[in-house]
Amino acid sequence: MAATQCARSEAPVGTPSNPAPGPEVNTNQIKDVTLRLIGTGVSQINEIRNKAQEDLGFKLDMRALSTEENNQIAITQPNQYDIFDGEYFSLPLVVPSGNLQPVDVSKIKDFDKIVSFFITGKFDGMPVETSQGTAPFKVMYLTGPDSKEFSPTPTGLATLIPFQYNADTLGYRPDLVGRKIESWGELFSPEFKGKTSIIDIPQIGIMDAAMVAEALGLMTFGDKGDMTQEEIDKITEILKEQKAAGQFRAFWKTFDESVNLMASGEVVLQSMWSPGVTAVKAKGIECVYAPLKEGYRGWGGGIGLSKNLSGIALEAAYEYMNWMLDGWVGAFLGRQGYYSAVPENAKKFMSPAEWDFWYDGKPASEDMIDPFGKTLEKKGAVRDGGAFKDRFGSIVCWNSTMKENTYLVQKWNEFIAS
Amino acid sequence: MLKGWKVFEPYLLITPQTVVFLLFLVFPIIMIGVVSFWEFNGYSMTPAFSTSNYVSIFTSDVTLKTYTNTFKFVFLAWFFCLAIAFPVSYFLAFYIPSKQWQIILFLVCTVPFWTSNIIRNISWVPLLGKEGLVNQMLIGMGIVQQPVEWLLYSDFAIVLGMVHLFNFFMIAPIFNSLMRIDRNLITAAQDMGASGFQVLKEVILPLAAPGIAIGSIFVVTLVMGEFVTVRLMGGGQAASIGKLIQTQIGSLQYPLAAANAVLLLAVTMVMVMGILRVVDIRKEL
Repeated sequence: MAATQCARSEAPVGTPSNPAPGPEVNTNQIKDVTLRLIGTGVSQINEIRNKAQEDLGFKLDMRALSTEENNQIAITQPNQYDIFDGEYFSLPLVVPSGNLQPVDVSKIKDFDKIVSFFITGKFDGMPVETSQGTAPFKVMYLTGPDSKEFSPTPTGLATLIPFQYNADTLGYRPDLVGRKIESWGELFSPEFKGKTSIIDIPQIGIMDAAMVAEALGLMTFGDKGDMTQEEIDKITEILKEQKAAGQFRAFWKTFDESVNLMASGEVVLQSMWSPGVTAVKAKGIECVYAPLKEGYRGWGGGIGLSKNLSGIALEAAYEYMNWMLDGWVGAFLGRQGYYSAVPENAKKFMSPAEWDFWYDGKPASEDMIDPFGKTLEKKGAVRDGGAFKDRFGSIVCWNSTMKENTYLVQKWNEFIAS
Repeated sequence: MLKGWKVFEPYLLITPQTVVFLLFLVFPIIMIGVVSFWEFNGYSMTPAFSTSNYVSIFTSDVTLKTYTNTFKFVFLAWFFCLAIAFPVSYFLAFYIPSKQWQIILFLVCTVPFWTSNIIRNISWVPLLGKEGLVNQMLIGMGIVQQPVEWLLYSDFAIVLGMVHLFNFFMIAPIFNSLMRIDRNLITAAQDMGASGFQVLKEVILPLAAPGIAIGSIFVVTLVMGEFVTVRLMGGGQAASIGKLIQTQIGSLQYPLAAANAVLLLAVTMVMVMGILRVVDIRKEL
């Protein structure tokens, strides 16, 4: 059988039935590829693009968008991008559009080294295993090559390959608050009336509000990540009451706004993202990213493949994915406080002092410098919340897209208009 | 042959502009109108003829509240723009004798436009914030003990930001119509024994009315659709129709946002027509 096939196909090279390929055809083809990326400002960074181009040999075209714009383009303009760099909670909206093709995990070299929670849903039995909301594992796999449905068990066809994530919580100014903040409930504390803020993106803000309401015992949820209309009604009522009583100083939508609010002292306690906290610290202002007893709100981001990719461009995209997990990016983003999907790879590109500080929760043995050269932490400081395992393991809910998303947005507008 | 050309010439000349106008203004607005009847779920929209978007707008009390709030901003911004722009234009037109200085001072009025909208808005924070210059001054002078909070992230701040942004749109047309007033009319009025106030009331104001109307149209339409100033100066706590639409677009609810946009367009058109009813601006053209 094998012999007949050989005989049939092996005409001498250079003859008309088996033309010799020109030597220039295959060698440098990948160099002509330009991959177009869309994502948020968190990872669409020039330093990353330059390093990737240098290491991989093809070109990358990056666009930094807001979370909302990123989703809009992913869903409505499939021809504008080759690689989608987005959050897992966007997937229940993006995947049904059919604009992404599944990632064949056998082509991802270090797939098995990815933090277990993403690929198996397990994490040493810690609370994160039972976390509510759009947890990455729940939307990690598809049921088939052309499927628009998520598989509850691993299938080898992934939606996104994770590369950064974090455990979010409240940030506060210790100099203006004057004591330790240990519960989400403090956001509604009369002590901070007119000095708190919440994020004005419905899908994220509602989760923070739910954490606060639960902490204070104002209400309970069946599943915070999938609220019923009654639950949404009740939580918006609570938010409206707080707003009417003047609890909030302002709402923010982009992380620069949260930095301005905190740095100017307009707000002393608010929901925050980690780059916001590091940006406040980089201005030389104290800011604590408080570990709270109720746990963290998690988010995770990864890269997925556009349906349009094929051939050499698709190969380049897989190379880029492997590069993203290879450690350089993990270390780069790690110096801002994000976690890498494959920490052991990131470790190779971090100094022992950096690793001990960012991942192991040990006191900094030297000043911690962010990727842009600013000093974030002085020698001796300890990361808020401690080690990776303690922070990640304590995530109790994730940024979420709920079934009642439309209703949620309607009620959120009502809250803002109240 | 030549005669045929003469007939078609004006039509040919207006063709490019008409095409641009149709393609980039009329067609998109028609599309918005069409999409406003579509159905949508969380991630996609489907062509349909559904009035449910409009039903939900007209049955929600958020709509009325948000429009009331927007009208409030429109009225306040318009009132203060006019209150500032008229004296400024009057001064420029009648008290600055040199043409050159008129132009220089007029250009000074455009200074707020030398930076971007967002930077202009953000730079209010160090001035009006709790630890800002104004509060430091007030506390330093012993006028207040606690920082005044309503200076920033309040309706006051929103109106202040809008007046700062849009004042020039009022100054320019009023200045223009004041400059067109024949100075002999004023001299004649004075010869007839009119007092300064009478000249203002009987001669200048009526002749400035078209300018005021054009300025008002600018300010009203700009404020009706405003969402950046409302968000940044109001700290996201205040509602306006523009901001409502923006939130809906951000959550991919295009048909609902389109329905809101159609309603906003209709309401704004009614207001503009109202202004045109009161003042005949053709005199200006």
